[in-house]
Formats: sequence, structure tokens, C-alpha cells
Amino acid sequence: MKLNMLYFAWVRERIGHSHEAYETSAVTVADLIAELVARDAGYAAAFADLSVICVAVDQELSDFTAPLADCREVAFFPPMTGG
Amino acid sequence: MSARVQEAAFDFAAEMTAFQSTVTRSGAVVSFTGVVRDDTGNLDHMFIEHYPGMTQAALQKFADQATETFGLEKVLVIHRYGQLQPGEAIMMVATAARHRKDAFAGADYLMDYLKSRAPFWKKELSKGSATWVAAKAQDEAELAAWGLEGTAKES
Repeated sequence: MKLNMLYFAWVRERIGHSHEAYETSAVTVADLIAELVARDAGYAAAFADLSVICVAVDQELSDFTAPLADCREVAFFPPMTGG
Repeated sequence: MSARVQEAAFDFAAEMTAFQSTVTRSGAVVSFTGVVRDDTGNLDHMFIEHYPGMTQAALQKFADQATETFGLEKVLVIHRYGQLQPGEAIMMVATAARHRKDAFAGADYLMDYLKSRAPFWKKELSKGSATWVAAKAQDEAELAAWGLEGTAKES
């Protein structure tokens, strides 16, 4: 499946771009992260500490066990700092 | 219930006048304004990034939740993004309820959700340094204290 990937804040800075189309057969968010980490040092740096990584699947906050079947957009970002 | 995400500054006085003018059955109106703070005296400006596809829906959801939980008559949320100078207003919430305790609690609840669940990220730019503001463990604790939702970090 082809996913629309989005990255925000320091996750975006470490990866080096804010969005990309990404072809994957990853079953869960955790599988997807493992694939990304293996791509290059930027991704590895972004995902070095998963305790400070949040994920939204199709614009809903989710978790690393979430299945990716039928999903179109996955976003990774640090804990939010609104308000 | 109104929720807005915008880059431009807002006019707090005009917003509150408009808000209160449409309230018909509330005896209490509460507002909160978040302002860019310069703790060190060196802050040049703050940059706020957000997730355009998700932000508006998230704010609307929190406004609806606050309305239902505290029986609010009316809620307003405005949150800015982009480049902001020290002293500029980042965001505001306003709540209207029959009695003050629900109006205060509704505003407090909204703020706790906006802090930790609205997709905004703050970066502080000072002379020679740029630092993303880290989320505080206390923010998660305050959100959990409402007892209405688990934590975001479920993994």
C-alpha cells in the first residue's frame, strides 16, 4: 500500500523532510517504524527514543500496535505542546 | 461551539464582546489567554507548527467534549500558529455556563487537552539557539486527572 507520511517538529528536522509517499507492506505502526529506521541515519535518529514519539493514523491519535490496513495517512511527531 | 486555527492575531476584547453577546442563559463567562513568555530575556520569537489536516477537528472535538461534560452553553477556542513575538497571545478559550464552577472547570479541561492533545509544537528561537519546547510529565498527569481518557503514550 502507498501511505502519505507526515513528520512534524524535530521528527521532521531529523528526517529531513515534512512529507513523502511511501510504499510499504508493514502491518502495524511498529512495523512501519522498524522499516523507516533501517532506511538511513536521519530516520534512525528521529525514532531513537520511542517514548517521545506519537503517531496519528488517518489524523486520529493512535499507538504503535495500530494496524495499517486501509489507512492512507500516517503522521509521526513529538509529544504535543499546544496551549 | 466555535474552534478556529489561524496565523493572524486575534482581538481578545472583540472576541469576548461577541462571545458574551450571544450568551442567553449563562450566569458565568470565563476566559483564558496563553501568551508567549520570555523566561530568559533572550527569546527572539516563538514558532508554532501544527498539523493542518488534524488541528481544526481536534479543537472542535475538545470543545464538544467540554460542552457535554460541563453542560456549557457556549465555547470558543482560538489557537494560532506561525511566528509569534514575546508578549503576543498564542491562544484563548472562553466558556459560558449557568454557574461559575462549570465555566472555570470547562476552561481548565479545555486547556489541559489543548496542552497535550492538540497537534501543535512550539519552538523557541533565541540568539544563536533554537529549541523545541518539551512536553511536561505534569501536563499528562493533569490530563489523566480528569479520568476521561487514557494517556497518549499507550505503547
